[in-house]
This record gives sequence, structure tokens and C-alpha cells, in this order.
Amino acid sequence: MSATPPAGSASLKLARSNRQSDSRKRADRVGDLTLRLICLGAALLAAVVLILIAKEVIEGAQPAISKYGFSFVTNQEWAPPLEKFGGEGLVFGTLITSAMALFIGAPVAISIGIFLALLAPVSVRNLISPLVEMLAAIPSVILGFWGLLILGPFLVGTVEPFLHDTFGFIPLFGAPQTTGASVFNAGLILTIMVIPIIASVSRDLFMAVPRDLQDGAAALGSTRWEVIRGVVLPSTVSGIIAACLLGLGRALGEAIAVSQVIGGGTESHLSLFKTGGTMASIIALQFPSPVSALHESSLYYLAALLLVIGVAANLLASWVGYRFSAAGGISR
Amino acid sequence: MSLLGRRRPAREFDPTQPLVATGNLARRHLVSRVIQGLAVAAAIGAVAVLVIVVWAVVSHGAKAISWNFITKPAPEGVGPNLVGTGIIVGLATLMAAPFGVLIALFLSEYAGRRSTRPVQLLMDVMNGLPSIIIAVFIYALLVAHKGQAGWKASVALAIIMVPLIARGTQEVLRLVPGHQREAAAALGVARWRSVLTIILPAALPGIVTATLLSVARAAGETAPLILITSIAPGDSFQLNPLQAVPNVPVRIFQLSEEANPEGFTEAWGLSLILIAIILALGLGSRALLNRSKRKLTR
Repeated sequence: MSATPPAGSASLKLARSNRQSDSRKRADRVGDLTLRLICLGAALLAAVVLILIAKEVIEGAQPAISKYGFSFVTNQEWAPPLEKFGGEGLVFGTLITSAMALFIGAPVAISIGIFLALLAPVSVRNLISPLVEMLAAIPSVILGFWGLLILGPFLVGTVEPFLHDTFGFIPLFGAPQTTGASVFNAGLILTIMVIPIIASVSRDLFMAVPRDLQDGAAALGSTRWEVIRGVVLPSTVSGIIAACLLGLGRALGEAIAVSQVIGGGTESHLSLFKTGGTMASIIALQFPSPVSALHESSLYYLAALLLVIGVAANLLASWVGYRFSAAGGISR
Repeated sequence: MSLLGRRRPAREFDPTQPLVATGNLARRHLVSRVIQGLAVAAAIGAVAVLVIVVWAVVSHGAKAISWNFITKPAPEGVGPNLVGTGIIVGLATLMAAPFGVLIALFLSEYAGRRSTRPVQLLMDVMNGLPSIIIAVFIYALLVAHKGQAGWKASVALAIIMVPLIARGTQEVLRLVPGHQREAAAALGVARWRSVLTIILPAALPGIVTATLLSVARAAGETAPLILITSIAPGDSFQLNPLQAVPNVPVRIFQLSEEANPEGFTEAWGLSLILIAIILALGLGSRALLNRSKRKLTR
């Protein structure tokens, strides 16, 4: 770029016209203020929307909250026709599917991050990275449909009998059911959804670890794994935790895919191979046609719980990530 | 011969032999190699899952696709659903894009240190909000006692899209070279003029990319549509967003809930169309982004 713009250039013209008059100055002051206020207004509107979301959801949940209080979370039975609404089975189903997604997904995703950032040649990275991100772009309704028709029968036919025969003494691996819909299936679908999120964040984290530190460790005689274990992972651990929290937030709140493959049960049980339900999936299945006002309100209550958990997971993730970047994590 | 014979008891040091890792070092190398292998396997696994899912959709869906399927209404085809998704997502984009860009402008051009963090946090929280919550919110605010409508679904999708557009725009605004801003300021150009005539045009390709990516995300969102625009039958074209509008994700969901083989074929066909659109948007916008980034950082 040349140091002095040519006489006809847009910015110079702009500058000349700018100097011409007081009225232009006044117009600029107004323009500055207007644009600033519009931008501020957009940000404020977003805040208002978030507050409105909380207000509407909690207001809808009010009857259920005043009827059940916090014991809603520990009441066992969810039976709309009997007017009984206890969230225990659904909370449990949410926890177990999300935990499964994180337990399987996080190590795999972090390994993918390590591979993409540290091991793969640039050309391979440029090929695989978009593919992993494409996995995140598959709509949940399609993933759920695939899980129902393809993954489910495969699990019932092959994987579940094997796990039951081998690890049947652990209550998690109970007797397989006849249909493909199960908590296990839902957990695997959530795993698929969580992996690209954690993988792409951890890849970016690992790429930001200074080359000098890694080379230093290698010069001291570390093997590649020892460099990763001793330098890369410790310096990014808070970022990885934040990434996992983001993944957890996604897994907790996924409604559609889970409601397609989990089968719609509502009681709590340990077996992964039976049908179940999560808070989000029950909202998706039952919200369009509630049988009573209390039913609808209980569904709002579930939504409110999800809202609180989701916001908490995100705030925590951002707090952990912020501390990490503010403290200069890597460079210290 | 004697040289080879002496190599057997491996502990003895022989300077004429090439250095080979033994004992502890050999073990460390082995561990390192095994773990690198696992990392490669994880990456291959993720790509394999993508291929398996996409292949299932393509192989099952291809049977359903035909000209009639794409253009005709319900018994034969899914035309109204495709048009409906287009209308809903298009409206949502019109609502979300200005807000996303303005919030990104606020963050990168106007906000001071103190106001950046809360707004950034707000965007992160909105981005992480489960879509079913947004669905319930719009249902409570606009649909309950008032009825379903396409534009209400657009509002819900717009809430999902705004943080995505804002983040993408913010990223490209950060890439606009500082000296362009400084040059404009030094020439006496007012801030708002330099924002509108210099910074935004430079960032435009990136903004388009971010918007396209958010469209790809919104096109597949199902949870809001199920609560907000699910009652429209797909047997006629519904172009009026004030009514419930038939759309693709809800149709796939409903078909997957019925145990009907013909319905499944239709759902696979719809899935194929949806996934093709989404992947094309994703890949296309990414290529655009890389090109514009190279231009900006050159």
C-alpha cells in the first residue's frame, strides 16, 4: 500500500469534504452518536431477549414450582394421565446420557485435537479439520433418524449382546431389548455430536502452545508423547475443561435426536439398554400436546431446570477459559 | 562373526553398532508410538462416522429423489416443505443478520474494556442455549393461545443465528488492518463514516460467510419448528408466513416417529436434500472465508 493515497482516492475525497463546513462536523457528530447508539441498542436487545427467555420459562413453570418445589427433582413418577410429575427419572436420564457422551467423546475428541494440531502434516490437517467440522453440521434430526434406523438395529444385534455377555455383572449392561431405542443409543448419538465441538476447540488450543516450549522439551530428550503430556496438556488444561463444559452443555440440551432414539420412557433405571428419557427429549415429545395445565407447567419446569444448567455450564466454561487467557496460562 | 556373536547379550556397549533404543528408552518410544497411533485412529474414527452417516443418507435417499419428489405437494413429493424451509430460514436471516453485524460492530469498534466482557459473555450464553429452550420461550411468548405461524419460527431461528453471525463478523472485523482505521482517522474521517465506508466493506465477504454458516445451522434446527410451525400439512404450497408453514425438519421428525417404510424412504430423501444443502453451504462459505482472510491479512 502506498504511503500517500492518490488524489482521487475515496478516503482523501472524504477527508476533504469533511473539512469543508461546520454543518458537516455537526452531521458527523450526530452520525457517530447514532451508529454508536444503534450498536449499543442491538447488544441491549440481545440482553433483553435473554432476560425475557428466563422470565417466560420461569413464569410458565410457576404452578409446578409452587406445587412441587425442589422435590420435583427427586419425585419418581412421571405419569401425565395420573397427574403425577416427578423429574427424577428424566434428570437421571439426562445425566447418564451426557456423562456417557463426555466419557467416550472427550478422550476421542482431545486425541483428534492432538492429531490435528501436533501430529498431522499441514495438508492432512487441512483435509481432516473441515471433515470433523462437517460432523457438527449434520442436523440433529438426521443424526437421530440414522440412529433409529441404522445404529439401533446394529447395537441390538451385535454390540449389546456382546457387552451384556461380557460385562453383564455390571448393572449398566442389562439385558438387551428388542427395539433399537435405548439410553445407550442416545448416549452414542450425543457422543457423535459432542466430539466435533471439543475437537475443534482443543485443536485451536494445542496450536497456540508455543513451539519453543515443545522444542525445548524435545531437546531434553522427551519423546513425542512426553512433550504432549509434559508441556502441551498441562498448559492447556483449563481450556480443555472449558471445551468439555461446552460439549456437556450441548449434550444436556439436545432434544430432537435424543427423543428419536431413546424411546420415550420416563422411569430411572441403571440399564443402558432399556428405553429412557431426558429432560430435553420429554419436552420435545410432550410439549406440543400436554394433557393438563399441570403437565404443561411441569414441562416448563423441566425447561427452566435445563436453562439454569445450560447457562451455568456456559458461564463456567467462559470463566475457566477467561481465567486461562487472562493469567496468560501458556506463557507463564 | 565374532561381532554378531557379541551383539547377543545386548547390554554390552559396542561403538561399531548403530544406536538402538533399548530398555527404558525403547519402552518410552513404544508408549509414544502407541499413543500417536491412537490419536490417528480417533481422527480416522470421526471421519469414518461422518462417511457412514452421509453414505446411509445418500444410498437410502437417492431412491426417493425424483423431479416430482422435489416439486410436487404431499402425496407425491415434498415441494411445499422445501419452499417452507426456505421461507422460514430466509426470514430468520433477514432478522438475524443486521443484529449480528451490529453487535459485532459494537464489540469491535465501540465497546470499551468494561462493556466488552459482559456482551461477549451474553453472546456465549446465547450460543450455548439449548434450542429447545428457545422453542419453549417463543411458544410461551407468541404461540400459546395465538396459534402457530412461520414468522414465529423465524424469530426463534433468528435468536439461534444472532450469536453465530456476531462471532463470525467479529472475527473478520479483527482482521481488518488497524492502519486502515488509523489512516481514516488521520484524514479526519468521522468514525461512523469510516465504519460504514471502509471497515464494513473490507469485512463484507467474512460477514457473508458467517451468515451462510448460520443459515446452514438454522436450516437443520428442528426443536423450535416442532413447537412453532408443525401443524401445516404438506399437501399444498403455503407461502404466507403468517400461517403455519410446512417444512423439512419437522417432516423428517414426524416420519421418523411413524413406523412406516414408505415414510422412511421419504424421510431419507428429505434428509439427503437437507444434508446436501447444508454441506454445500458449509463448504462454500468456508472456501469464501479462506479467500477473504488471505486477502485481508496479505
